[in-house]
Amino acid sequence: MIVAIIVGLLAAGGVYLVLQREMLRIALGFALLSHAVNVLLVAAGGTGRRDQPLDGAVDPQTTADPLPQAFVLTAIVIAFAITVYMLALSVVGRRDDDTRDLSDAARSEVVASDDPLDVAEIARAYGAAAPEIHKEPTP
Amino acid sequence: MSAAIPMLVAVPLVVAALLVLLPLGPRRSDAVLLTTLAASVGAGVWLVTATADGSAVGHAVGLWGPGIAIPFVADQLAALLLTVTGILSLACSAFAIASGHAHLRFFAPLVLVLTAGVNGALLTADLFNLFVFIEVMLLPSYGLLVMSFSGRAPLRRLTGSRLYVTMNLLVSTVFLAGVALTYGVAGTVNLAELAGAARESTTVAVAVALCLFALSMKAAIVPAHGWLTRTYPDASPAVTALFSGLHTKVAVYAIYRVYAVVFDGMQEYLWVGVLMFSITMAVGVMGAVGEGSTRSILAFHMVSQIGYILLGVALFGPLGLTAGIFYLLHHMIVKASLFLSTGAVEVRYGTGPLGSVTGVARAEPLLAVAFFVAAMSLAGIPPFSGFVAKLTLIWAALDAGEIAAVVVMLVVSIVTLMSMMKIWSGMFWARKGAARSGGLAPDHATGEFDETVARDATTILAVQPRRRVGLGLALPSVALAALTVVLGLGAEGLLALCEVAAGNLLDTTTYVQAVMNG
Repeated sequence: MIVAIIVGLLAAGGVYLVLQREMLRIALGFALLSHAVNVLLVAAGGTGRRDQPLDGAVDPQTTADPLPQAFVLTAIVIAFAITVYMLALSVVGRRDDDTRDLSDAARSEVVASDDPLDVAEIARAYGAAAPEIHKEPTP
Repeated sequence: MSAAIPMLVAVPLVVAALLVLLPLGPRRSDAVLLTTLAASVGAGVWLVTATADGSAVGHAVGLWGPGIAIPFVADQLAALLLTVTGILSLACSAFAIASGHAHLRFFAPLVLVLTAGVNGALLTADLFNLFVFIEVMLLPSYGLLVMSFSGRAPLRRLTGSRLYVTMNLLVSTVFLAGVALTYGVAGTVNLAELAGAARESTTVAVAVALCLFALSMKAAIVPAHGWLTRTYPDASPAVTALFSGLHTKVAVYAIYRVYAVVFDGMQEYLWVGVLMFSITMAVGVMGAVGEGSTRSILAFHMVSQIGYILLGVALFGPLGLTAGIFYLLHHMIVKASLFLSTGAVEVRYGTGPLGSVTGVARAEPLLAVAFFVAAMSLAGIPPFSGFVAKLTLIWAALDAGEIAAVVVMLVVSIVTLMSMMKIWSGMFWARKGAARSGGLAPDHATGEFDETVARDATTILAVQPRRRVGLGLALPSVALAALTVVLGLGAEGLLALCEVAAGNLLDTTTYVQAVMNG
């Protein structure tokens, strides 16, 4: 029961964060989601039996199932690698928040520069009138 | 003999590691890359001949007992896909080398790790192992995607990359949850031990259905197709062609395999497939009509064609599966050829909306022929392989009484032809005022100078000097286009092999025995 609640909480928190706009929050959300799945994997092997499965005389009634634990170990390593990669992606852009429509990307490239003078200059370089800039209100 | 199967995974991985460690020059590392990929193709061909009689070759890694070892099994379906994915990796790598995208330090190792992941995913007979190999396949892809972006507009590219990583991580997480639930209710994730389990127990069916759900997202089934059409057009042509041939197709293969083995081809769920895949066909092709640049048109067509391929599994039967497998192989070749021929034009003359580069047919007759052949094949015009693929699939659908699906297929074919013509007339056919030296000129006059054009214009202005497309750049797409002609005229041979592969899916005892006995 407690395991089910933990999985539910982690999944709920993960989904909430993934639906946010910032890449950093999305990365953290996926960290929570993969934790939820890892706990689910451990639960799939049964949490009642907890003896070590290594010692000579192994009683299948009481020893823990080692296979899901091996699964979880693999999954943690993979999730870790991808989380690091996502964190790198979240800091590479000049502005963190670009989970917007791709068709806006050209504009956001201009907007990426915070200096208003710079924006006008880039717009002139494009040979167009300065594009309208919608800045999100910063909290 | 069977001990050689894990080498399909091990060799590319080891070679990739050596390429990272040893500072070979770009030319030598290109040679190593092409040699390894050619060896992978050779191994695939060998497996096709070894399993052409409907047998399956299995190997338990480390010689552990059945049910404990990691099982690697190659039957006809896996062998055919191994061969075709190998051919595609080879063609795309050759294109990347010719176009200069391969000069990056880690290109060759990343492609090799990608190959190892694809081979592993095709060969493994274990759901958790499938997850691992899909990740092995994805991680180098993230690198290739970021690396393939060069020049301007880094943020735009980054957005595509973020979307790609996020979507794939979500899919993997859902798939892993499905694996966990399967282990929880069935006590195993070995496909041989799960054979027919979904028929016997509804809970197993639900757990494995979660895996199938994740795989369908990865295969870009409507409504989960948006990630593909947004990320693929942004990468370099070689990488787009490579991903189009490998990523979604591995997911398609896994859907075929899992549904055949675990669900034992249960008839009562097939209507879901027929409905979803018909919608995928229609939505994909309609999306393509609204697109304005070659690669986004081709990406939407990919979605539409995946509907066709998966319809084969939804018409679960000898004819339906044969048609689906044939369609899968044909589509991988043709789509890569289209991406590479338009990519060659892009590499030389720059990108942009249709109409910004015109009259390519006059300057590049070879490329134009390659594109024309592949486009006609995609639309299903005889005598190319697409015609055979569509005909057998329509036949299978008629046989199964799915008249609505037949109508959708026919209408979608016509629309496909229409948008192929759009690319043809927009890019290859000569137009007024475009007959200068080489017949190519960025055509600014046609579009209004709104923001979209302003963005695309920057890419057009950065066009490289007007050199002709070299033979090295044209050859991969021409070779693949030639392959579709061969497969169209000599369809009998490949159809027979596909029939063997379908037979293995219908009666899974050979496969299960190969998994259990190693």
